[in-house]
This record gives sequence, structure tokens and C-alpha cells, in this order.
Amino acid sequence: MTATTPPGLPSAPVPAPDARPRTVRVLHPGYGATVQDLGRPGHTALGVSPSGATDRRSLRLANRLVGNPEDAAGLEILLGGTVLVIDHHATVALAGAPCLALVDGRPVGPYAPIRLAPGQQLALETTAEGLRVYLAVRGGLDTPPVLGSRSTDTLSGLGPARLATGDILPVGRRTDGWPAADLAPQRPCPAEPLLRIVPGPRDDWFTPDALAALCGGPYTVTDQSDRVGMRLAGPTLERSVPGELPSEGTVLGALQVPPSGQPILFLADHPVTGGYPVIAVVHEDDLPLAGQARPGQRIRFRSA
Amino acid sequence: MRVLRCGRRAALVELDDLDAVGRLHAALRAHPLPGVDELVPAARTLLIHYDPAVTDHTRLAAALAALPAAEAARTERAGVLVPVRYDGEDLDEVAHRTGLTPAEVVDRHTAATYRVAFCGFAPGFAYLTGLDPVLRLPRRTSPRTRVPAGSLAVAGEFTGIYPRESPGGWHLLGSTDFPLWNPSADPPTRLTPGTTVRFLPLEAPQR
Repeated sequence: MTATTPPGLPSAPVPAPDARPRTVRVLHPGYGATVQDLGRPGHTALGVSPSGATDRRSLRLANRLVGNPEDAAGLEILLGGTVLVIDHHATVALAGAPCLALVDGRPVGPYAPIRLAPGQQLALETTAEGLRVYLAVRGGLDTPPVLGSRSTDTLSGLGPARLATGDILPVGRRTDGWPAADLAPQRPCPAEPLLRIVPGPRDDWFTPDALAALCGGPYTVTDQSDRVGMRLAGPTLERSVPGELPSEGTVLGALQVPPSGQPILFLADHPVTGGYPVIAVVHEDDLPLAGQARPGQRIRFRSA
Repeated sequence: MRVLRCGRRAALVELDDLDAVGRLHAALRAHPLPGVDELVPAARTLLIHYDPAVTDHTRLAAALAALPAAEAARTERAGVLVPVRYDGEDLDEVAHRTGLTPAEVVDRHTAATYRVAFCGFAPGFAYLTGLDPVLRLPRRTSPRTRVPAGSLAVAGEFTGIYPRESPGGWHLLGSTDFPLWNPSADPPTRLTPGTTVRFLPLEAPQR
């Protein structure tokens, strides 16, 4: 065997670090994932939902853990299962539902920055509790914005399609210093989240007992729940005024009550108008808890 | 005017009719209140989003009561002319139910000047007010599961155009290629609340 290249020297030049594509490749989308940032508020008068991360607190945390501005776009992943390959030297972090992952087979955890070398594979496991996992990449996902946001609005069809095998997501360069924390301790997801409500605007369309019934609970999250709304099953909320309202503006966190008397909690991609009465609105600080409640899980309400 | 609580960041103002909604909307645009972020007009209500760090429900309700009354909903934007083919599947049925001929339906529909009262249902779906009272019919008893994009339709006191294919319960009078929704434009629709709209018939119906 005659060596023409001295040992230890590469046979081809190594590309400069900045020549590598700053991309994330999707090997498996998992149970359902979308690109989300903090949404596109300010367009509801044109019929556009605010959209954005369902659990905003967790997307913000994931972004801080990699030194991103809190409003950078990341992935909102239902239950985990996603497998990605990073093409550049990257820092990523997981937050939201407590999801373990493997980097080329080595276990890594959530709520902490994870360093990845080019070509390394990040495989999310299935989370045992909570519903939505957030993945931030340092620099932020740089898919084309629509009306000022990169979020996928599943109701209006704005923003990129749901993640699919073979997708290549560009990564931007917008950062906010270096990550300052090694680990952000998190409370476990509550077994039975308690959500504060403000009664109204249409509590007077219900019998006097309806608010007590709503706060008596509990309500079970049904499997007919998504980013648009969470259909709940529990005590029936009796109407005192029959009929439908002329459509009126609705807000994030509204508890809309269709004729069945079983409420629907409006989440990020909610319709901007609706004709069924809204009995109460959930406090915005408690919506992250709602966004992590799984089908089958019970939730309760209390008047704030 | 009733001001209803709608969570900690919004109030729903209940008004008598569409004109009152238009007047309050116009008054709030002319005299913006501190902390008010966004206004969402609808048929009988105006939803007001506010910043709870700047104002609260009580202060907002007091400020609304003290607003100078706007005389009428001003048309704040230049008019839009939408070319339309009156070839809708329900034109004959609308004619039958209103006791008109299809040509008379078209004449009455094109004679009016409309105003965008509010948007909703889907991005770029504008509820146009000003419909001839004779053409006001309740929605279809059984909605279509698919209405083609660009369909011109009427229901109740409104006319409108479906910006994209969707289910729908309105009566279809015609169709248009007018670009209704372009998310890369600002604003993404030309039919924003307050805009006046007229329809230009492209050809006489072949009937």
C-alpha cells in the first residue's frame, strides 16, 4: 500500500464553517409540528387570527435558553417524536412538555441548551406528560414571514404547512447575546390544571347556575381539540336566552358555548368572530397550562 | 350602548345596529383612546382590545360614554370597483324568491353602493352593507360544503365575496377574478372596514 497523502492530512479541503448551510432537515415530523413565533396580532379586523405558540411561556423560555429574542420562531411539536438533522454548528433547546431526546444516541434533556455539531441527529422521544414541546434553534427559524409572523395558522391556512419529512428549514442569525442559563428548572405539569376566568361577555345568556356549574367542574379535555380550540366535556351550561347572536368579535381564551352546552376554549388559531355566546374568558397567564393539557386530562375553572 | 367585560384585555360594546357600530368605530378612529390596541367591528358589536397596563374596563367604559358622537360612519377610504359575472348558481332561485327576474336581481345588486361593515369568517371575507332590502333573504337552509373562491353571494342584510374555497350558506349570485387576499400586501385586502364598494357587471346574464 503506497500512501500518496501524508497521514493526518485531509484529502479534500474542509469547508469554512460559514459555508455550511444554516438549516434544519426534517427526517421525521413526529405526531404533528408547526413553525410558531408569538403570532400576528393586529389583523383580527381583517379576519386573521393572532395564531402563534399555544404555550407562549414555553416558546419564550426555549428562545432565551439559546440566546434568541423571545419572539423568534421555533417549532411547536405535539407530544415529541420529531427527528431532525442540523447542518451547522447549532445550539438548540427544548421547553414546554418535558421531553427527552437523543443526540446521535446520547440522551439530552429539556430546559437546557444543547450543542449540536454539523450532521448530528436530534431525535425527540414521546413526552410522558404535557402536550406541546417547543424547540428553539439559536438564530431562530427563518421561514418566510406572512403578515409579520412565521406562525402557521391552521384555521386560516397562513404560514408554512405542517412539518413533513424532507422539509428543510432555514435558520436565521437574529440573536440576543449568549445563553445565560445552563438549566431552567420547571414545575411539573399539574395533573388537574386550575384556570382562572373572568365572567362575560355573555354570562347573562345563561342561567344563574351556569357559572357555578362551570367552576364546579371538572371538565375533561376531549380528543376534538387542536390549536383552534379545546372541546371540553363536563357539566352542561344551561342557556336562559335561546337562539344565536349576530356574529361578534372573539378573543383568545374565550369559553364559547354551542347549543350542546359543552364549552369550547379558544386557543391560538381561534376564529375571530363567532355566533355562540361566550360565558367567560380564561386569564391569559393560565393559557399556557391549558395548552399543555392532554385529551383525557381534567381541568377546572375558578372565577378570578 | 352596553360595555361588556371580555377577559382582562378586551371589552365588547353592544350597540343597536350596524350604523351605530360604524359610528362608534369611526369616532374611535378619529379620537383614539389611550391603551386601545385594536378594534374589531361586527354586526351589532365593537370589540375593543386594550392594554391592561394602560387602561382598565371602568376607565374605558367611562371614556366611551364621553366620546363625541360621530354623525355617521364615514367612508374613510377610496372606493373599489369589483368586476363581476352574474353567473351564480342561485341567481334563478333568488329571482324566484324575491319575485324579480334574474336581470332585475342583477340591476338591483349593481345599483347599490356598498360599504365594508366588518370582516370575519375567513381572512379577507368582507361583510358589505347597503344591500337592496328586496334582495335580503335568510341563509340557505342547507349550507354548501364547497363554495368556489371568488363567489359573489348575498345573505340577510349583507353581500360578500368568498376569498377562497370554503363551506358557505349564502346565495350565490356571481363570480369574480378580483384579487381579494394577498398576504404579502399591506393591507392584505383592499376590502377593509369603511371602504366603499361597487360592482361592475361584466356581461348581461344569458337568460
